[in-house]
Amino acid sequence: MDYIDNIAFAILLIIGIGFFAKNIKKLTRNIKLGKEIDRTDNSKARWKSMAMVAIGQSKMIKRPIAAILHIIVYAGFIIVNIEVIEIIIDGLFGTHRVLSFMGGFYYFLIGSFEVIAFLVLITVIVFWIRRMVIRIPRFWNKEMKGFPKNDALYILYFEMVLMSLFLIMNATDVQFQELSSGNLISQFLTPIFNGFTPESLHIIERSAWWVHIVGILVFLNYLYYSKHLHILLAFPNTFYANLNAKGKLNNLEAVTNEVKLMMDPNVDPFAAAPEGSENQVPERFGASDVTDLNWVQLLNAYTCTECGRCTSSCPANQTGKELSPRAIMMKTRDRLEEVGANIDENGKFIDDGKQLLNDYITPEELWACTSCNACVEECPVNIDPLSIIIDMRRYLVMEQSAAPQELNMMMTNIENNGAPWQYNQMDRLNWKDE
Amino acid sequence: MNVPTMAEMMAQGKQPEVLFWVGCAGSFDDRAKKITKAFVKILNKANVDFAVLGTEESCSGDPAKRAGNEFLFQMQAMSNIEILNAYEVKKIVTACPHCFNTLKNEYPELGGVYEVMHHTELLKSLIDEGRISIEGGKFNGKKITFHDPCYLGRSNDIYEAPRELIQQLDAELVEMKHCKSNGLCCGAGGAQMFKDAEKGTKEINVERTDQAIEVRPDIIATGCPFCNTMMTDGVKITNKEEEIEVLDIAELIADANNL
Repeated sequence: MDYIDNIAFAILLIIGIGFFAKNIKKLTRNIKLGKEIDRTDNSKARWKSMAMVAIGQSKMIKRPIAAILHIIVYAGFIIVNIEVIEIIIDGLFGTHRVLSFMGGFYYFLIGSFEVIAFLVLITVIVFWIRRMVIRIPRFWNKEMKGFPKNDALYILYFEMVLMSLFLIMNATDVQFQELSSGNLISQFLTPIFNGFTPESLHIIERSAWWVHIVGILVFLNYLYYSKHLHILLAFPNTFYANLNAKGKLNNLEAVTNEVKLMMDPNVDPFAAAPEGSENQVPERFGASDVTDLNWVQLLNAYTCTECGRCTSSCPANQTGKELSPRAIMMKTRDRLEEVGANIDENGKFIDDGKQLLNDYITPEELWACTSCNACVEECPVNIDPLSIIIDMRRYLVMEQSAAPQELNMMMTNIENNGAPWQYNQMDRLNWKDE
Repeated sequence: MNVPTMAEMMAQGKQPEVLFWVGCAGSFDDRAKKITKAFVKILNKANVDFAVLGTEESCSGDPAKRAGNEFLFQMQAMSNIEILNAYEVKKIVTACPHCFNTLKNEYPELGGVYEVMHHTELLKSLIDEGRISIEGGKFNGKKITFHDPCYLGRSNDIYEAPRELIQQLDAELVEMKHCKSNGLCCGAGGAQMFKDAEKGTKEINVERTDQAIEVRPDIIATGCPFCNTMMTDGVKITNKEEEIEVLDIAELIADANNL
């Protein structure tokens, strides 16, 4: 019966990783609901951008305090997780500190893990204080009520508990403490456990060990439901991000074809439609739902960690307008999840009478945008909320003719006289003689 | 003022070095026309071989594209490209960052490939080449702050050319808290120029003007006719007209040269 722990551990591990794999599959399926877009060009620049922006966190530096705090948690997360390798081996094979055969180096590693775990713990507490005590405004915009607010807090609590468990586990490991090597932080916790019997210390150590690994597996599976997915998706997101000048909006190929036909004097306007074309569904212009967006825009939505840098730099948001670029991303994700759940339930998407436009994102938000690119510039993981706003404006204008009246007038002027105002094109050079 | 058109040039069998794309604001807006003229005066003084399209120029399509009307944009773009290519234009300069961005980034895919410069870039190269000089005296001791047009700055990463020009004026360049890639929009981009703002607590141009006023400038300089309008209005609304002037970089340079 000695194997019961190991079997239980193996089952837990399989369940934990199995669910995670299932979630990742669903995530990929949902992202692929987006339209095709080719972002495989210029892979050298893409790797470089990923190395700089995601791995090197180059865009975080703009806000130095948050940048330093974040790098501690980021580096800590990666380094402390090396310890998880040992935990898994120990769990599966019933060993204890299997890697300790490495001797001095092992204790050096554990010592570093302890310091890092402690730093992460402190940092996460500072994060909590920034959010809940200092109340930094970008964490308190109106889209940050309910789950988004709690989500952020759950993540912080998770991290606090996991780091504490790691330190407690070490502090109550009698053999480890007796060696007095690598217990840089946990040695200061041992006085708490003075007077405990070796048996109860062992129970505490085992419990901390178990809760720690179960906690990690739960956290892994929480990711899919959380804004915290950025720890995984920041990498593909920066890789596939737009590399062009920010001012360049994409060209709509379908429109180009029609405009070329329109301007071609040799086209026969009365020609019959080509064979079979009556069954073709004409391509929709712009986006009214998540499936009209491209997969990179959907990946953007899952990558967003709701930090709010975009919204805090948005001129429209700063002056009290409805628009919040972060909310654009959050609503896109919410709708995408809804569409995904619909497919899960019905096998394929069954019209639910809803769409991204109006039911989630209102025209008022879309028309408040100045296309200034501040949100795109700010995003530490290269999310592009502006591209979604423009695609939805395209739908409003080209599919619904639903532009604000003043913009319709502007467009009519351009059409009639080649300027957004009502001036005669023949007067274009009058300034010369005025 | 000597303003040849491409048609006149062609009739004489000549091909100018650069086309000056005036833009709708530069052609029709009373305030922006002054910028156009200031720029032309500099071009004349530096003996730049240029021409304009004149009545053959039409809206670049930028506001239509940003408003979501890709059809109208592409129709404008394609007919402009037809004309530009017919004149075999290679190099374009414009004083409007919106035209600049569209011509530079959005025309190539539709068949219009040109070297496109913002007028501050051309002005800088004219000074570097010694074709014009700046007598600093006039702006000595003046505090000038530069408002970055979004379509020049964030959109195309041009931050230094206008600043180097200001520094050549011997003026004191003071930066707003939010400048360069952190600059706040004037509120006109994305076709907002042509409509009222959505319901909010403040106008964007007033917010930006307040940020400029904080650094107590004598002059707010910019490089965009729309930013110019927005900042001029902002200065009026905040009752600072007496103290602060809003001027384009081209106007500053022309003024320094008594043009």
